[in-house]
Amino acid sequence: MSVLSRFFPRHVAPGIGKAGPREGGGELPPHLYGVIAEFTAAPALVQAVHRAREQGYVVMEAYTPYPIEELNDAIGHGPSRVPLLVLIGGILGGLGGFGLQYWTSAVDFPLNIGGRPPNSWVAFIPITFECTILVAGIAAVLGMLVLNGLPMPFHPVFGVDRFQLASRDRYFLMILARDPKFRAGDTFRFMETLGGVHVQDVED
Amino acid sequence: MSAGIERPPVIAPGYTPATVTDKISAVVLNKTPRWWYLAFGVSFAALMLLLLTMAKLLVLGVGIWGVNIPIAWGFAIVNFVWWIGIGHAGTLISAILLLLRQTWRTSINRFAEAMTLFAVASAGTFVLFHTGRQWLAAYWLFPYPNTMGLWPQFRSPLMWDVFAVSTYATISALFWFVGLIPDLATLRDRSRSLVGRHVYGMLAMGWRGSARHWHNYEVASLLLAGLATPLVVSVHTVVSFDFAVGILPGWHATIFPPYFVAGAIYSGFAMVMSLSIPLRKLFGLEDFITMRHLQNMAKIMLATGLIVAYGYAIELFMAWYSGNPFEQYMMHNRILGPYGPIWFCLILCNILTPQLLWIRKVRNSVGMLFAISIVVNIGMWLERFVIVVTSLHRDFLPSSWDMYTPTRWDWAFFVGSLGLFFSLMFLFIRFLPVISIFEMRTIAKGVPEEKPEVHA
Repeated sequence: MSVLSRFFPRHVAPGIGKAGPREGGGELPPHLYGVIAEFTAAPALVQAVHRAREQGYVVMEAYTPYPIEELNDAIGHGPSRVPLLVLIGGILGGLGGFGLQYWTSAVDFPLNIGGRPPNSWVAFIPITFECTILVAGIAAVLGMLVLNGLPMPFHPVFGVDRFQLASRDRYFLMILARDPKFRAGDTFRFMETLGGVHVQDVED
Repeated sequence: MSAGIERPPVIAPGYTPATVTDKISAVVLNKTPRWWYLAFGVSFAALMLLLLTMAKLLVLGVGIWGVNIPIAWGFAIVNFVWWIGIGHAGTLISAILLLLRQTWRTSINRFAEAMTLFAVASAGTFVLFHTGRQWLAAYWLFPYPNTMGLWPQFRSPLMWDVFAVSTYATISALFWFVGLIPDLATLRDRSRSLVGRHVYGMLAMGWRGSARHWHNYEVASLLLAGLATPLVVSVHTVVSFDFAVGILPGWHATIFPPYFVAGAIYSGFAMVMSLSIPLRKLFGLEDFITMRHLQNMAKIMLATGLIVAYGYAIELFMAWYSGNPFEQYMMHNRILGPYGPIWFCLILCNILTPQLLWIRKVRNSVGMLFAISIVVNIGMWLERFVIVVTSLHRDFLPSSWDMYTPTRWDWAFFVGSLGLFFSLMFLFIRFLPVISIFEMRTIAKGVPEEKPEVHA
């Protein structure tokens, strides 16, 4: 794979590594990333996730055009770690903001301004507050991106032509090949029973 | 439900996630409409005027403006406060109304946030350039270890202002960009041009809309909203401290923080209204930005306008009740002095005209709402002029009393800042989705699927 295609979204050049529907079973092909099924309605996807979990599959991804609250629980992801990062960011920002003002005004270069004490902590509150918000907000955004593994311009699922509809009105469920229970043919056939409209392999 | 209390729906019936996606992304992906070139061309010419004015100012200094002692704060501060106030509605719509689960905000939050960002950019040009020698301003505005070993004066509201406004600009930009990520992915998937797919693809950073993506995304958005809510209140509070901490009559008032915040939201909603009315018409988005949105905004304008009226009343009352001759003279001079006509215009624009919004018929008339929103925008600009100029031009020492007359470079800078704002706005509505597509999908999935008459 060229360096360029690693850095550009795969669907920029449709046709490269396109995976078609496979009939029947066989051994795990060397470049198989997973099997993806397409659904036309959200409840069908949620139900499919439940059935896959019942079958013992654990490594899967569900793609939807808008957030669906119960999906995260159904698929077995835990609670988000973004709040913890925001808390840490806020504490660091607040301490940093106050520390900056304390150190510059009371330690490094104390100046008598209008007779106020060097550590005029009341006057330092607004900037401490702003720094708290600033660092907490940056932590929320960067934390969200890092926890989601973004930026990631290339992903095998972009090789699936119909995946473009995941940002419109279609719902997808992919069981990854690294799932311990994954068997190329069996998983494919199982996904065909889930009530989706289209099942196909995803190549790495 | 009786017809009397029935509310208009959030969006017109008959839309599905697929049709909202197609309709909103079509605005970006279709051919550029001809009016856009004209509108952008005019804005861009004004932006060029801003650059010319800046160049002139850098060469000759702030002497090209009408400011002098005692009126050292002229148009620069008037316009700064006006612009930063306009920005506040964007954050209010995107953050506070998100926390309050007001789903109607979805249709207008994207471009209201963009408006915030561009208004803060316009405000920024004034604070940056009013410092005079901009290249020297850095050491007293930003705490960096400079060769003089000096630090900024953190006990000053002007320093708080630097931190508040720069934090506000950063958080607004982040909030706006995070909101755009799923929609950039949508455009990446819809764009028919190679350049479009590459650029939107890179900006979307590989967004796939997986359950994990959405979960972290939703949590991060809510937290950002929770952080932005106190932030937006703090920003105009700190801006009001720039005035209120000074001992000048007309500035030194405890009513300033709440009254400034209410005024900011008031002018911001007026600007959202002035922008959304032509926008929905030009792009045929009346099904998404419905009468209900305009009516809700009108009601918020009416409510915040009344808070502003209360602020004016308290200023008058305190001038009398304080028994302070300087306060009393300031008020007398503000109403009956040489700038008196401006004060009366301000009352007409900000207090009297918006009372029309009590009438249901007015709230149902798009033309009236547009006209009132423009009047309020002008009124809020006049308010800042009155606060800055009439308080300064007759200070404690009658020998230094003077008049302030803006020069043509003052006006050029103001028109130029409008050019900056509208150039960015027109670029935004051309190249990015003006309505949050993924949030509209969430609404459309809940809309009953009647057979639509409103769209084919």
